[in-house]
Amino acid sequence: MRHPGRMGIFFVGAAAVAALYAMSTMRLPGPEDLRGQYMRIINSECVAARHVTDAVTAVNFDYRGFDTLGEEFILFVSVMGALVLLRQTDVKPGTPAPDALSPGRAVGASDALRVWILGMTGPTVLFGIYTVIHGQLTPGGGFQGGVILATAPLLMYLAESFDIFRRITSHRLVETAEAIGAGAYGVIGLLAIFKGREFMTNVFPLGKGGSDVNLFSGGTIPVINLAVGIEVTAGFVLLLYAFLQEMLERKEAAP
Amino acid sequence: MTYFYAAMAVAAWLFLVGAYGIVTSRNLIHLCLCLVVVQASTYVLLTAVGYRPGGVAPIFIDLKETDKAVDPVIQALMLTDIVVEATVVALLLAIAVQIKKKTGTLDPDRVDLMHG
Repeated sequence: MRHPGRMGIFFVGAAAVAALYAMSTMRLPGPEDLRGQYMRIINSECVAARHVTDAVTAVNFDYRGFDTLGEEFILFVSVMGALVLLRQTDVKPGTPAPDALSPGRAVGASDALRVWILGMTGPTVLFGIYTVIHGQLTPGGGFQGGVILATAPLLMYLAESFDIFRRITSHRLVETAEAIGAGAYGVIGLLAIFKGREFMTNVFPLGKGGSDVNLFSGGTIPVINLAVGIEVTAGFVLLLYAFLQEMLERKEAAP
Repeated sequence: MTYFYAAMAVAAWLFLVGAYGIVTSRNLIHLCLCLVVVQASTYVLLTAVGYRPGGVAPIFIDLKETDKAVDPVIQALMLTDIVVEATVVALLLAIAVQIKKKTGTLDPDRVDLMHG
């Protein structure tokens, strides 16, 4: 260890954090008494008041929709930051993309792997869409389903090549989808203002409730859910694209 | 009750182990992963706070007793936290890639970006 002083400072700080943390934990009233009224109200009201059966989605996209808007923009900005950092700065214009020099498979996938992956891609896409659109009814939603959907092009890359990955995730289309997904969230929030209500109020018709809840129940919740799903899918596909491009570029540069 | 203190202890352990990894890290990729470990401590801590003994997931499509469900606010927090963490780690890894390109090393002690 080249920095013995650093370790000393760390252990003093860590011991202090551990001691203060232990003291504060001992003083906590314990989980039985920590219950806030907020949780009780949401759990008992969300089915009747919002026509959704997944209280987590109701919190995310309705009761605390404004907070999720902020979190979605953290996601948006960090994807953008990663793309800006990974953009190709040292490639001369007109240079063919790295994988175009060596078409074919990017990795030596066996036939068994390819068949298996090609068979799994359809169910993956279907499961992702299911997770996104059933967000207000069962566990799931735009965030989870978006990540599942973004793995589908990655599977295509594993089975085939980066060229295929790029063809099915046309760069501009994905960028536009990401912007639309992020913007739609804010626009849906603004619609309430035009109706004379507070920002992010659930102003759409709530649809069927009670035991008849369906995909269209919940007013703005399924719409926002869909917007978030599009944004997360596009954001993760863009990240995968940027990192794969970077990796292949490195492979080409050092043969 | 004991599960609560056990979860609190696990959270503290994850936090301190992750912080130790960050302090002693000799590789920026390793450092990003240590940050993920630190962040995992918040998941353990908050889900323990939101849990109730014998509680079930707050999904009411086939559950009629609303008083048995755990806190949905904490669950919503965790959900967005995990997705945001993934993208923030991607951003940090992109920064690591750029640092490697600019300085030729991933050792945070040898990275000297102020060199001019």
